[in-house]
Amino acid sequence: MNFILILTIGLSVFVMWRLMNIVQLTSRLSGENEEEEQNRDNKVNGILLMAFMVIGLLLVVYMTVRYSEFMLPKAATEHGEETDLLLWWNFGVIGIVFFITQIALFYFGYKYRFNKSRRAFFYHENHKLEIWWTVIPTIVLAALIVTGLNSWNKMTQSDHDDGMKIQVYSYQFAFIARYAGPDNVLGKSSYLLISDTNPLGIDYDDPAAADDIMTRGNEMRLPVGIPIDMDCNSRDVIHSVYFPHLRTQMNAVPGMTTNFYFKPTITTAEMREIEQDENFDYVLLCNKVCGVAHYTMNMKLVIDEPDDFRTWLKEQKPVMDGVETAENSEEESEPDEQMAAM
Amino acid sequence: MEVKQGVQVEHAAEHDAHDHEHHDTFWTKYVFSQDHKMISKQFLITAIIMAYMAMAMSMIFRLQLAWPGEAFPFLEKIIPNFAPDGILDPSAYLAFVTLHGTIMVFFVLTGGLSGTFSNLLIPLQVGARDMASGFLNMLSYWFFFASCTVMTISIYVEGGAASGGWTIYPPLSALPQAIPGSGMGMTLWLVSMALFIISALLGGINYVCTIINLRTKGMTLTRLPLTIWAFLITATLGILSFPVLLSAALLLIFDRSFGTSFYLSDIFIAGEPLAHSGGSPILFQHLFWFLGHPEVYIVLLPALGLASEVISVNARKPIFGYKAMVVSMLVIAFLSFIVWGHHMFITGMNPFLGSVFVFTTLLVAIPSAVKTFNYIATLWRANIQFTPQMLFGIGLVSFFISGGLTGIILGDSALDINLHDNYFVVAHFHIVMGASAIFGMFAGVYHWFPRMFGRMMNKKLGYAHFWLTVIAVYGVFFPMHFLGLAGVPRRYYANTAYKEFDALININELVTVMAMLGGIAQLIFLFNFVYSIFRGKASPQNPWKSNTLEWTAPVKHLHGNWPGRIPVIHRWPYDYSKPGAKDDYIPQTVPFTETPESNLPADEREAKFNEEIANARSDV
Ligand code: HEM
Ligand SMILES: [Cu+2]
Ligand SMILES: [Cu+2]
Repeated sequence: MNFILILTIGLSVFVMWRLMNIVQLTSRLSGENEEEEQNRDNKVNGILLMAFMVIGLLLVVYMTVRYSEFMLPKAATEHGEETDLLLWWNFGVIGIVFFITQIALFYFGYKYRFNKSRRAFFYHENHKLEIWWTVIPTIVLAALIVTGLNSWNKMTQSDHDDGMKIQVYSYQFAFIARYAGPDNVLGKSSYLLISDTNPLGIDYDDPAAADDIMTRGNEMRLPVGIPIDMDCNSRDVIHSVYFPHLRTQMNAVPGMTTNFYFKPTITTAEMREIEQDENFDYVLLCNKVCGVAHYTMNMKLVIDEPDDFRTWLKEQKPVMDGVETAENSEEESEPDEQMAAM
Repeated sequence: MEVKQGVQVEHAAEHDAHDHEHHDTFWTKYVFSQDHKMISKQFLITAIIMAYMAMAMSMIFRLQLAWPGEAFPFLEKIIPNFAPDGILDPSAYLAFVTLHGTIMVFFVLTGGLSGTFSNLLIPLQVGARDMASGFLNMLSYWFFFASCTVMTISIYVEGGAASGGWTIYPPLSALPQAIPGSGMGMTLWLVSMALFIISALLGGINYVCTIINLRTKGMTLTRLPLTIWAFLITATLGILSFPVLLSAALLLIFDRSFGTSFYLSDIFIAGEPLAHSGGSPILFQHLFWFLGHPEVYIVLLPALGLASEVISVNARKPIFGYKAMVVSMLVIAFLSFIVWGHHMFITGMNPFLGSVFVFTTLLVAIPSAVKTFNYIATLWRANIQFTPQMLFGIGLVSFFISGGLTGIILGDSALDINLHDNYFVVAHFHIVMGASAIFGMFAGVYHWFPRMFGRMMNKKLGYAHFWLTVIAVYGVFFPMHFLGLAGVPRRYYANTAYKEFDALININELVTVMAMLGGIAQLIFLFNFVYSIFRGKASPQNPWKSNTLEWTAPVKHLHGNWPGRIPVIHRWPYDYSKPGAKDDYIPQTVPFTETPESNLPADEREAKFNEEIANARSDV
């Protein structure tokens, strides 16, 4: 193996060496002077620039069409639909600028390649032109800023009161979702209370915690059409709670609570039809490098009709489930799936 | 009086030069050299070695991304510790990604790019005998060298190199319990970075002092080549922002080693709660990106400066909008200090603060657009010589456009929610800062190689290098946009977490094949570079028929650069293809009195100004 490696490298160096000698020899043999050689190089490279541009731009179009099926899978939240639209507008604008400037750049390169009988145009200032090409981008950008901030404000400044409160809790290398229950208030928690049976460090003395429910497997559910008021927390390092299909992402930072507010609009069942894939599932990914197994940190998300969601939630156990019994008798406490996942 | 002194100094320099030439030992000439030209070569060669190392790492982790879990027996041969059985280990993967990013950004494109070309060109283009302080300049290189060495060693320590990404966010980087690379590897990363910052500051202060104080007669600010403007602004950015990174690193060192809680709070890890309380991991991000964003311009501006010069010379046409170019760079530099929050939109930052950062970020697009239009206008009705450096210059502009445009999308907080930290970002920054800056660097190497080594590089190999590289770069980074839009996170060892990503494996294979092509192309460059140092054709005095001052210095290097007096400057550097002129270029040292046939009405004022300087000199 090593031998082959050295052989390849040695061979390529040798080949290049020979190539160079040949190039130099041939140019000397044909009595070509440097100027003629440079002229030929100018011509060849000018044409190559043009070819590169044409083929390149065609490939840009082709690949965009070809890969469009992967790009931006259908957004499943209200704000996601809006930002997707915004994204397409932005792509439209930058696409136009991209084509115009790249074509001009490469075309001028080709068109104005060296010609001894010509002089370049001594032209280095035109205040009118310069003002125009400052003002026009400014106007376009102003439009992009205004529309962008409009969406941003709508997403971030809406009233959170009507949302269903949940918490997504991250730790190396899994997530736990906690639902606030009927009172819609999450019970207090502290990292000092964390234990094998209390992975979220919930304060059992807080009455608000009594009706909280948490997931104990690698699956969480959300109801469709109901706004979700999501708090994100982490116990160890920074993670990022990323739902690609919901166009929702928020970092989970130890020592603080971050929040994201969104409204799912498409159930898993509906999405399976849209995607024409009966195995399709939403996913929650960790999107901030958080350790060696970062790439394995994820959770299945199911979006249900509200009724189905409530039925499911009822089947889940409250956070305090098993706590009292654990104190009384050891045998009854069940092995915790989450802990096993750690 | 002053004149006399000046003359004396020059004589002294001459004597100095002679003395040195006779008494130089190998050590003072090649190793502990204080000559800016030698230091520039030291920076370049060190950076090239680091660049190949970082590139090799990227090719190895690209293999894993295209063919996850597949065994490549040769990996076991070359890196047995990191790829047992020929499969790259997940922790080695993260270490490689981290070192790849760190080396590329700091060692290649900051130390390498600024160090090489600021050192080579500042004294030669402004007309100085050497840097303001040759000794500090030498220290700057040796700190850089030490920094590179420490970083390289860190790969082999227990626990491996730092693995939290080049942005080293705590708590991950603060807690060895969280990831093995945060042990000794992270300590060495921080030591290396502290050495690097010292090097950058020593260099930067020297560059600024030299440009401000040591310009030759007649070299007014408006007659500076754009390269020098770019180096001046870059060095200033570095001086203002690197100390902030140093303080961020220091606080991290305290948290790691002395139990402080600047960045740490409420942490439960490895089965126990930690004593740290009251800190904020977000504070680190603010400090880091306060350097981090200016850093991307520290990387980019010198490349743009080099490209301005290369494009103008090879287009045989003055750069369009010289003043606008300078003003744009100044505006970009200023704005670069107030946009850092765009890296933190989803850290829970107050949405209103986010809006402010959206606003300032998108403003940067305006001076960037102006610069692009100026480059394109420079090509319009030009008379272009396609040397390899010109091709790389055009490539740079193309990447600057492609990558800059996607920045408009990422700067929009509402859109960034979905794209943050995924492959769209990787595509964006590689094109706009990685590829642009590397192409600027290549343009610089091909253009100034004759000035550095007194020989020419082979053009044909240069063309092959350019075409393969430009195809490879677009081939690697354009498809990554699609991965990002499909939601693939960056810094993932494998995309096995979510089965919908399986369909994207074709794109990943394409990217990796293109990366291999790019790697091969760099072998052509390496060969050309080394071969030409020893066997290249001897360089004529002014191979590209350029106006700037460095081409008046003798091809054979001297201490003090010019044998006699330092030439006096009479005009700006861009009198290419001036109507009426004999040749299509008029060097900066040619007085207007010698070119009556091409003088324009506006030149009268300049000529008068020159006279005033000349008179002022003999008056005193
Ligand atoms: C040789 C060609 C290159 C290839 C194939 C390449 C490939 C990659 C890939 C695939 C990643 C992402 C890995 C991941 O997130 O899992 C990456 C990260 C990165 N690359 Fe490159 N790259 C190249 C050159 C460069 C250059 C010239 C720069 C200079 C700016 C650069 C700077 C970075 C940085 C800063 C990161 C982020 C590292 C991190 O996540 O901490 N790369 N590279
Ligand atoms: Cu994580
Ligand atoms: Cu930035």
